[in-house]
Amino acid sequence: MLRDIDLSGYKKITAKNMPKESLVASGHRACQGCVEVLAMGMVTKVAGPNTVVVNATGCMEIITSPYPQTAWKCPWIHVAFENASAVASGIESGLKALRRKGKIGDNPNVIAFGGDGSTFDIGFQSLSGALERGHNFLYCCLDNEAYMNTGVQRSSATPYGASTTTSPAGRESIGQQTQKKNMPLICAAHNIPYVATANPAYHLDLMNKVQKALAVDGPAYIHIYAVCPTGWGIKGETGIEIAKLATETNSFPLYEVVGGRFNFTKQIKKPKPILDYLKPQRRFRHLTEKDVAYIQKQVDADYDYLERLVRATNDAPAE
Amino acid sequence: MLKRVGIEVSLAVAEAVRLARADVISAYPITPQTHIVEELSHYVANGELDAEFIPVESEHSAMSAAVGSAAAGARTYTATSSQGLALMHEILFIASAMRLPIVMTVANRSLSGPISIWNDHSDIMAERDIGWVQLFVEDGQEALELSMAAFKIAEDHRVLLPTIINMDGFILTHMIEPIEFPDQKTVDAFLPPFEPAMRLDPAHPVSMGPVGVPEVYLEAKKQCEQALLDSKPVVKEVLDELNELFGRDYDLVQTNGKDGAETRFVTMGSLGESVYTAVEALNAEGKDVGQTRIRLWRPFPVEEFLAACKGAKRLIVIDRAISPGSVCGPVAQELKSVLYGQPNAPEIVNVICGIGGRDVPIEEFKEIYALAQAGKLEKTYTLWGLNSNA
Repeated sequence: MLRDIDLSGYKKITAKNMPKESLVASGHRACQGCVEVLAMGMVTKVAGPNTVVVNATGCMEIITSPYPQTAWKCPWIHVAFENASAVASGIESGLKALRRKGKIGDNPNVIAFGGDGSTFDIGFQSLSGALERGHNFLYCCLDNEAYMNTGVQRSSATPYGASTTTSPAGRESIGQQTQKKNMPLICAAHNIPYVATANPAYHLDLMNKVQKALAVDGPAYIHIYAVCPTGWGIKGETGIEIAKLATETNSFPLYEVVGGRFNFTKQIKKPKPILDYLKPQRRFRHLTEKDVAYIQKQVDADYDYLERLVRATNDAPAE
Repeated sequence: MLKRVGIEVSLAVAEAVRLARADVISAYPITPQTHIVEELSHYVANGELDAEFIPVESEHSAMSAAVGSAAAGARTYTATSSQGLALMHEILFIASAMRLPIVMTVANRSLSGPISIWNDHSDIMAERDIGWVQLFVEDGQEALELSMAAFKIAEDHRVLLPTIINMDGFILTHMIEPIEFPDQKTVDAFLPPFEPAMRLDPAHPVSMGPVGVPEVYLEAKKQCEQALLDSKPVVKEVLDELNELFGRDYDLVQTNGKDGAETRFVTMGSLGESVYTAVEALNAEGKDVGQTRIRLWRPFPVEEFLAACKGAKRLIVIDRAISPGSVCGPVAQELKSVLYGQPNAPEIVNVICGIGGRDVPIEEFKEIYALAQAGKLEKTYTLWGLNSNA
């Protein structure tokens, strides 16, 4: 369903007014070159200190919270792997009730972070439930395309052809044999006010999407591409380059869905061949020319589908 | 102050939650718990209770949302049963480890398989070690009053632990009983607003649920255990206050029948009423028998239990759950541990009955007593009423 969304609370972030204070302190225990923690920093810079963060079990929870240390400058809670959205539902409802009864004054942002495992797989139900119930919170999926925290096992976010420890490439296997689940589309199908994809290589785009997500009333979902040098077999210093290539090859297009309307936020005039993106990564090094050609076909088809969604939803009038 | 009404016990529990002014109720439907949260959702819908009602998509999420809500500083309630409690299992440990005073009613029911919606205690017996305060109620009046008391116990800063009120499914939840209701003013005086020791407040950031490295995990566990052990005097204190206010005589452990009897039935939950009737009848026949009721199950009130069984030579322990592969039912296991090494410890005779809703008429407890006296029950445990053709 197409509908108009109130974005009056949204103020554009530019290089000049970009917030600098992250809620994630340095000295956390992320791997060298981790783009995921970088992304989390970008999100929390926009959110600011009046924020409550819920973390699903995963890399970001482990690296920020080994007691007695914490990297969190805002109230933060971790409960389990599959329930970040349900916990956020409870927090949002609790704060709402207390605010209505005059027991608390402020209205903090509630943000839940989950990796691809906790979003696509085990936490899928609780995410869907929370989106359907319309809780006013932002869910950020930090997608590094496998279960990195437990040692690079495949998830339903692992792309076709990637070799992981539970979808290894071998004489009889190409590696991951299924296509990546389309989470942003699934979330958009919940008819929530705001859905977006974001990439830390395009930090202003990412931060503005967080701004919008926090400005809307109701659930918002941002799918953040989180390069994992350890799991993907790339050099630590190349994370942002690889992230940029994902978008430049149309493998990870940047778009948002506002009130059901799909729009690109960054369009690549001359997309690079997918091989440029695949080649530097150890997880794809077993792929043959034929495999790469097949993946290219998939990328093109997915992008074409997205273009159709953009056209279809913008041609139609709002209800 | 008290108004007497004939009402279904589930609705009385919902009324208790309304009188307790819960801020958030998260709930998923499961038989026979449903009437409680249905009633609460009606209260919220009609503006009779100012609360957020979260109709979650599973019991796992019901408990997860309850954790979030309590961590935000809201008075939080949920109810469940059987498979639903089992689905919550993982989060139950986390709720107590985080010291969040959630109150939950468990309408006790058997577990699959085969699927059975009827009453026994196998759901809660699989949750003995979750670190929650756990009480068992026997009738509707007690269900109402202990439901309110549960908030006071859980939220006391000397406790700060989630609390379960166990009530037998159908046998109690769906029973219509005459129940005396207190007015709001009385309840407000008894139960002050929830003052969290810590909450998710941006003005005072805290990290909840961090990683416990091997150097701190054991100490964290010990602190939780100590908190649970330390809750016992607070439970006693709250019950005393309740007794004063409503003219009851609730205690951690209760005794019925002949004082200092040689043989005592030990019960937990609503079958205790049938046993009580049987014990009265046996006493009238001149039989030397009494009854010990366990009201507080966790933390287990060791001293109070020993005092309540003083002089007994034999305990007939009624269990409502099977503990496969063990030597007896879970309550009997507990009591054997409690009594081990005690001077003049009574013999324990264990009868597992009323499984999966099987009826146990009063007459059968008299039969159990006679068989126990004659030494004709199994040395380990007796599965009462087992059809040999099964």
